[in-house]
Amino acid sequence: MTTTQRAFGSSVRRLEDARFITGQGRYTDNLTQPGMAHMVVLRSPYAHADITGFDASEALGMPGVVGVFNGQDMADAGFGAMPCAWVVPDSDTKTPAYPPLAIGRVRFVGDAVAIVIAETDAQARDASYAIDVTYDTLDVVVNGREATQDDASLVHDEVANNQCFHWTVSGGEVEAAFENADVVVAETIVNQRLIPTAMEPRAVLARWDSAMGEVTMWSTSQIPHITRFLMSLVTPVPEHKIRVVAPDVGGGFGSKLANYPEENMSVFAAQQVGRPVKWTETRSENFLGTIHGRDHIADVELAAKSDGTVLGLRAQTWANLGAYLSTASTGVPTILHGLMLSGAYNIPAIHEDVYGVFTNTTPVSAYRGAGRPEATFMVERMMDLLANELSMDPVELRRKNLIEPFTDGHEVATGLIYDTGNYEPALDQALKMYGYEEARKQQTAARAKGRLVGIGVTTYAEICGLGPSEVAGAVGFGGGLWESAIVRFHPTGKVQLMVGVSPHGQGEETTFAQIVADQLGVMVEDVDVVHSDTALTPMGWGSYGSRTTPVASGAIMGAIEQLKEKGTKIAAHLLEAAEEDVEFADGLFSVKGSPEQGKTIQDIALAANTAWSMPDGVDPGFEAAAFFDPSNFVFPFGTHIAQVEVDPETGEIDFQRYVAVDDCGPIINPMIVEGQIQGGIAQGAAQALWEGAHYDDQGNLLSGSLMDYAIPKAEFLPKFELGKTETPTDVNPLGVKGIGETGTIASTPTVYNAVMDALAPLGVQQIDMPLTPERVWRAIGDASKGGK
Amino acid sequence: MEVSIKVNGKSYERDIEARTLLVDFIREDLGLTGTNVGCDTTQCGSCTVHMNGAAVKSCTVLAVQADGASIATIESLASDGELHAMQQAFTDKHGLQCGFCTPGMIMTAVKLVESHPDISEDDIRHGLEGNLCRCTGYENVVRAVAEGARLFDPHSPWEMEPAEHKITLREAERRARERSGA
Repeated sequence: MTTTQRAFGSSVRRLEDARFITGQGRYTDNLTQPGMAHMVVLRSPYAHADITGFDASEALGMPGVVGVFNGQDMADAGFGAMPCAWVVPDSDTKTPAYPPLAIGRVRFVGDAVAIVIAETDAQARDASYAIDVTYDTLDVVVNGREATQDDASLVHDEVANNQCFHWTVSGGEVEAAFENADVVVAETIVNQRLIPTAMEPRAVLARWDSAMGEVTMWSTSQIPHITRFLMSLVTPVPEHKIRVVAPDVGGGFGSKLANYPEENMSVFAAQQVGRPVKWTETRSENFLGTIHGRDHIADVELAAKSDGTVLGLRAQTWANLGAYLSTASTGVPTILHGLMLSGAYNIPAIHEDVYGVFTNTTPVSAYRGAGRPEATFMVERMMDLLANELSMDPVELRRKNLIEPFTDGHEVATGLIYDTGNYEPALDQALKMYGYEEARKQQTAARAKGRLVGIGVTTYAEICGLGPSEVAGAVGFGGGLWESAIVRFHPTGKVQLMVGVSPHGQGEETTFAQIVADQLGVMVEDVDVVHSDTALTPMGWGSYGSRTTPVASGAIMGAIEQLKEKGTKIAAHLLEAAEEDVEFADGLFSVKGSPEQGKTIQDIALAANTAWSMPDGVDPGFEAAAFFDPSNFVFPFGTHIAQVEVDPETGEIDFQRYVAVDDCGPIINPMIVEGQIQGGIAQGAAQALWEGAHYDDQGNLLSGSLMDYAIPKAEFLPKFELGKTETPTDVNPLGVKGIGETGTIASTPTVYNAVMDALAPLGVQQIDMPLTPERVWRAIGDASKGGK
Repeated sequence: MEVSIKVNGKSYERDIEARTLLVDFIREDLGLTGTNVGCDTTQCGSCTVHMNGAAVKSCTVLAVQADGASIATIESLASDGELHAMQQAFTDKHGLQCGFCTPGMIMTAVKLVESHPDISEDDIRHGLEGNLCRCTGYENVVRAVAEGARLFDPHSPWEMEPAEHKITLREAERRARERSGA
């Protein structure tokens, strides 16, 4: 079979769309089981309190109620504390117990206190209100920096100063860099807390087969295999008796990258009541009970020579972890943050102290970008402050410090070795697409008329494609980071591809089919990608950290290579030719020099599946399994440019243009890659302009609904202008890098710096994000009071 | 309470609790799970359906308020295996990623282009203000809606009955050809 266009590199329409556009998505909340009961979680209204009384007698008598359980009930049944799967070495990390249902004390508003199982969701909810819990409230801390002070109340009695860990990254001669500097800029940078807000709230459906001692759990998860592994460690059910299925998952962005308490509660409840149990989160619950992201406060200094050569970066960062450690909490503000402080630049000396801090707030873990947005914002903001200080064009300053092109690894001061990079072409392309020089002229003219026009430019590099398992082990990640794939040909030549990763909206059912189609010469539509079911797929470590395609494609390619080899042997046998005379191209095995004599891969699949005539020493069947552990992370990069205009009367920001040039290596499906970048830009721009979680001093989440927490709407955003360069990596066979998070990582500082550039004539240098009209208006007012 | 609600052309008589939301009636009582629930404060629009010909958020309508009404859900848009033009446009233009907001987006978009004969990008962006998407950054959603608008003739008479309430891609292309004089 020949194809006129390679499947690799084509904007193939997504195979998975068919079910979503017709209302046949298989989301967890759409599923039912015979005899299913519903679970509702009663949550703490207090941020910090001792539970002094618990009376469920009234609730138990209410219509439809099947059972009410609390933390002690779960502990008695052998359900332990939630697992923390990442403990960073040399950081003195404290891992206080995180019971799935609180025992004795609650530590954040939304901490789970009890579960009610009833015939309907409404009955369970009614009954939850009738549970009489008495609380003795305790002092509350919400701010990550203040929580470390000596007079702060303790979230966990055994964790002094609420300090979960102190982690340090240090490379180069930092003290000397600052001593030798002509100029030092310093700033306190707040990466405010964000709420991931995947459109699908979390849901769990658990079925317990008591005869076989087996659990089947459908869950809104990015990590079914990890969840099975972790649940086997903290519940009474062994790993081979747990099946985790993540059917269609309606977005994750890191918020479904944990073994969550409600998963274990649902299994416990199904065991207790002897019926399948379903729990579905309300949006209000999602704001309280699903992890948050970011929440760093950092004191940052950047040292440079007067010509703009950067000498060193020094920072102290307080990372608010919330009340408990979620599955991946501690790795985010350390490994994924501190190691990336060189960004796209030569910074010879870097030192950061990171303090992980417990507070009486919702647990904080990985949210799209996870650590790299915080690092990139720090570096990019400091670069703009340095440019201001030196009266240099921010592009000129960046260009001067960009890492030169490299194809064989480049080590930065934090110890990371970037894989491949060529940063300047992306910068040049972005400047050209945007028309940078002309825009600066127009800006000057606009400023002369009192208009506040601003331009922000970011050159970034990020780390993703997690990652080499040896490194995972060395940095305390509690698992591997390799991937697996099985490519199976059915007798008719149709293909099933089973992968260990768990796409949840990124389109890999199509992308992976394109890889198979491209390599084996089958139709894209003939490849069915199976994922996210631990009973049907080989072990894998899930979808996060923009690792799905860079890592899983290595395993897919490994299986493909095996099939090419086996197919060659079988074809040679059937064609009565020597193996070395058989070549394979476009789905056809043929004898060199006589392509008319050949066997299609479908012929070979049938021959191997029937096995009527196999060559000596070749087993029947036409499928192959492969594992792939990458030799390094991948480091995508690019340049983003934003243009805004601020209304000096109202502080409103007109978000006018956005140009992004990203490099993720060779592109399998341009349409899908562009979609990832666009969505990422929207989320990152939202951190700069609109989104921010806000707690009062009693730990109440004031931004606890979609009425109060402003995720972007269509009308908020400009059209995105996208470009690309393609620099392959050498760490996987296809040369591909991850693209799921670059938009988010780059766009926050780009948009923020654009607004600050607009306000520069007024002397405004710092406003906390998000840059709401009120904050901008106040900053303008304060600046003018200051005599400007 | 007894209600009689026509959903996707079929009448259903049910005895329901007064507090039952229309979306729960659709999802739980009728098992039509294409309509999703993404929030509890009427912001996200994932649950958008057509009620007597208007796009409404079914989480903000009590089922008893829909007594006697005619409802169309995402499941009714395609007919005889052929996609509605707006569905086709969403997949052609990659207007969806995780797909959760998509049924509501499409149901809103159908009504939006119907009420805007010469819809502009600005009209689309403002018209979608009641539908949140976290994946796409809206760029391709906007493109999809524009494509859907191009594909079907907004001047054609639209019936409220779901059975009439659709135009297939083939029909849309035929009309587009007619309009362009081809």
